[in-house]
Amino acid sequence: MKSAPFDYVLARTVTEATATLAQDRRNAMVIAGGQSLVPMLNLRMALPDLLVDIGRLDELKATSATQEALQLGALVTHADIEDGAVPDPFGGLLRKIAGGISYRTVRHYGTIGGSVALADPAADWPVVLLALGAAARIASPAGSRSQSVDDFIKGQYATSLAPEEIIVGFDIPIPGARMRWGTSKVVRKSGAFASSIAVVVEQGDGDFAAAALGAAGPRPCLLPTTAQGLRSRAPQEDLRAMVADDLTALALDGDPYLTRLHTSTIMRAVREMRQR
Amino acid sequence: MKSLTVELNGATVRYEVEPRQTLADFLREQCRLTATHIGCEHGACGACTVVVNGKATRSCLRLAIMCNGQSVETLEGFPNDKIMEVLRRHFHESHALQCGFCTPGMLIMARDILLRLAEPDAQTVRQQLSGQICRCTGYANIVDAIVSAGKALRSQRAALP
Repeated sequence: MKSAPFDYVLARTVTEATATLAQDRRNAMVIAGGQSLVPMLNLRMALPDLLVDIGRLDELKATSATQEALQLGALVTHADIEDGAVPDPFGGLLRKIAGGISYRTVRHYGTIGGSVALADPAADWPVVLLALGAAARIASPAGSRSQSVDDFIKGQYATSLAPEEIIVGFDIPIPGARMRWGTSKVVRKSGAFASSIAVVVEQGDGDFAAAALGAAGPRPCLLPTTAQGLRSRAPQEDLRAMVADDLTALALDGDPYLTRLHTSTIMRAVREMRQR
Repeated sequence: MKSLTVELNGATVRYEVEPRQTLADFLREQCRLTATHIGCEHGACGACTVVVNGKATRSCLRLAIMCNGQSVETLEGFPNDKIMEVLRRHFHESHALQCGFCTPGMLIMARDILLRLAEPDAQTVRQQLSGQICRCTGYANIVDAIVSAGKALRSQRAALP
């Protein structure tokens, strides 16, 4: 056995899960699909005294779509999204991203909630959820709260999640029928975490656009100048200068390779979007 | 120790396990089912791939206790499986293995691919198989075996009344 010993509780309800987290005095961690946490346990990078398994909570699998927003349960797996088992009112954006995460075996059990709760700087979902302006719904024994994913992710593997809180799901606003999107991701090998990942979205009439970049710092970030350029229909060359402004703000320490890498993923995503 | 009941290759079995025990270690050490091979133990190589509740997954990335009440199928559990039978034949005919260490995971994953995708082409198989590492074959023969198994299954299905 590679992992250090820990105790294990299977939660039957969200209330039971958050109550256990609040009351148990031991160092507890939440496990859902386990696709990131189990290797961390095996490598002894994570050393909990107690694992609270939320993987069977049907409350966290519910998904619904209205005209305004898609509500995705935290336990929706990457494979569920890849296969179209849950709605994708974003014209295939979610399906495209899901199909590129790790390997199919990992996508079968890895969840969107787990991905965001871990907040790996190079993970796919945080970048998409930032670009779409999504909010996380969070439960605790005191009740529930909602927070934009942008505010929720604090830094590298750091979120605003309190020890007794769990992510219940995500509310993703639907920008409108004329939405277009583009993505680009550079990986060293198929299935690896991104070296750079960019997602851009815009609404046809130009009143909404967003650009988000991952793996370029301790946390994924929105690119405000680039988004402004998308809204004003800036030509590619002007946009490249705006991307440069955003990247300067990210302080990549003037590394010429990283600057070119991130510029190219953002510009490829823009090109893909504008060709739609 | 925790009590664990699983439907293992069709039979209900009960064991006592430590929560930290991975499904891979549980299968090999307690159940003595050694077709499931352990390579990297952190989800990179795919040698330990098994089927849990109908979905192919890496048994090193799952705690045994998380499978309580669920069904687990290892390579030993497919003696009469139609798809596995065709895959075994094509792995043999295409010479899709050398040392054989990755083969159990390759077969489980190949079956998963053919269950989801009717007749995948070589490019699709390569993409779908990217989580399984083989250090002998260079993959070409494995990809050939799965592509031809897909074709054989399709013509078998077409021949059914």
